[in-house]
Amino acid sequence: MIVADKKPIEEIIEDIKPYERILILGCNECVTVCEAGGKKEVGILASALRMYFLSQGRDVTIDEKTLERQCDHEYLEELRADIDKYDAVVSLACGVGVQFMAETYFTTPVFPGVNTCFMGVTEERGRWSERCQGCGQCILSRTGGICPVSRCAKRLMNGPCGGSSNGKCEINKEVICAWQLIIERLKALGKMETYEVLSPIKDWSTDRAGGPRKVVREDVQP
Amino acid sequence: MSYPTHIKIIRVPCTGKVDILHILHAFEKGADGVYAVGCMEGDCHYDNGNFRARKRIEQAKKILDAVGVGGERAAMFNMASSEGPRFAEVAIEMVEKIKQLGPNPIKFKKVRAA
Amino acid sequence: MKTKTPSRLEKVLVSGHLAVTSECGPPRGSDPDVITQKANMIKDYVDAVNITDNQTSVTRMCSLAACIRLKLLGVDPVLQMVTRDRNRIALQSDILGAASFDIHNILCLSGDHQSFGDCPQGQNVHDLDSMQLIQTVRHMRDEGKFLGGDDILRPPRMFVGAAANPFADPFEIRVPRLAKKIKAGAEFIQTQCIYNLDKFEEWMKLARDRGLHEQVYILAGMTPMKSAGMARYMKNRVPGMDVPDALVKRLADTPKEKQAEEGLKICIEDIQRLKAVEGVCGFHIMAIEWEEKVPEIVQKAGLFPRPKIED
Repeated sequence: MIVADKKPIEEIIEDIKPYERILILGCNECVTVCEAGGKKEVGILASALRMYFLSQGRDVTIDEKTLERQCDHEYLEELRADIDKYDAVVSLACGVGVQFMAETYFTTPVFPGVNTCFMGVTEERGRWSERCQGCGQCILSRTGGICPVSRCAKRLMNGPCGGSSNGKCEINKEVICAWQLIIERLKALGKMETYEVLSPIKDWSTDRAGGPRKVVREDVQP
Repeated sequence: MSYPTHIKIIRVPCTGKVDILHILHAFEKGADGVYAVGCMEGDCHYDNGNFRARKRIEQAKKILDAVGVGGERAAMFNMASSEGPRFAEVAIEMVEKIKQLGPNPIKFKKVRAA
Repeated sequence: MKTKTPSRLEKVLVSGHLAVTSECGPPRGSDPDVITQKANMIKDYVDAVNITDNQTSVTRMCSLAACIRLKLLGVDPVLQMVTRDRNRIALQSDILGAASFDIHNILCLSGDHQSFGDCPQGQNVHDLDSMQLIQTVRHMRDEGKFLGGDDILRPPRMFVGAAANPFADPFEIRVPRLAKKIKAGAEFIQTQCIYNLDKFEEWMKLARDRGLHEQVYILAGMTPMKSAGMARYMKNRVPGMDVPDALVKRLADTPKEKQAEEGLKICIEDIQRLKAVEGVCGFHIMAIEWEEKVPEIVQKAGLFPRPKIED
């Protein structure tokens, strides 16, 4: 899922200071799972902001709402009737939702309430880590299901580098060396001979480098 | 033994039941202080409810500091359920602290229903 | 055996002599004299001089410029090129720039992560990795083509090298990794500096078992210890470094003012021992900020004078 982390409240306050009728808008999916932008977090932020504005002696409306998602038209449409009640929205959805809100409600300012971080897994509650960077050309079949693009700090296609130490990456003892993991997995699968096959130069044109990306499926388009 | 009448007690089966929103809303509505009293750490009847409560109080303190209410107004105390005198002691301590801090700064501004 | 490039280093190795290379770090500024002085100190004692490429991700004068300066002095440079900072366009472009000055040696590396250096907030590139860079230089040289397929006018004629670290983890793939670099096209190897000779000899044996010592020229990396403090630092703080306790003890037991001399002595002893190891074709002496000792090391290790090679 997409993993995000709460923005410091000071940053959010800076963005919404000029406004008086604010909607805090949550999302029921990824950001709920990583406890950054779901209904609970909307409640916490809204309460905190109300207290802030009261402490400033200002009469500011802070409403709360959580949509199923903010990345599909159907759900954003649910706001159509009420959007003009607000002069600003703080969206706790990932960057996708914030932008879709901005596109859909073109004249309403939208501010992000979370920092969107990566596509990853829940290792345990309160601990999420990165697994995928959406390079657009998945090579997991070559590396035993462990991704060197997202999990190697140098995204080496033929790793590990000389800095791998005790199974950890040279940048930080808390970061596992992805290539150590790949080797262990290839061993467990009895596939160590694939280690010596040279990985070809990657086509990064389907990655961020190639520009904003699109997937079109004519077979399912209306 | 007695404890100050300034305290309004809300009984819960375990402090783990106290949600952070309960704490924040209490301050929003004008409470001058909020504290949780739970079992001794390691002795929680429900295993780790009191640890959760402590984390939520800590989280609330940070938020209260950031918005100008003051995190010192929130606290967590641990004691055995039989320790009546300790309960009273804590109550007196908390009331004293809050008296020194003064009323909740947002209380006398225009208060809106949360 | 014929050489494939005009590289003096290649000629020395092909003719069966033990080769000697050394290393210079460019300055953190634009003063060319630093390079000139260091080069003049060592040029008669080595067959080629590596110029590091923003080593440890600390921004310095670029390797290419310093290599050109060496070339103009009549010294044979080894252009070290990391894939951290340049995409495939810039890499190919710099290779051609080097070739235009007849720089004939290149060492292909990934590069330390930028978090170690002075710009930890920067992007890294890694469009290619070090093995793919090796393939790229070989492709440019042997096919005379760019990666994109077009012909190169006056292709580079470079002797291609790679680094190897017999001491990094996991040990079990250190020889398969060497095999992979050879498959990618590496023609010479410079290893990480060696202190654990037993482990290095073990690695060499595994390499020989696979016949790899006959497919690539391996130069053993040597760095003299200046002090017991340096030994401890290298042991504990530098990833991929294997410094035996016995070495630290030997230096620690030496009076402080004699430790540098002892460190040099150990280095020379190690070179003498490694000369006898089958498959070791030479030595890469990295005396960082101690370049003035290179002549002494080369002489006392019996590697001076350097062979005269016809151009």
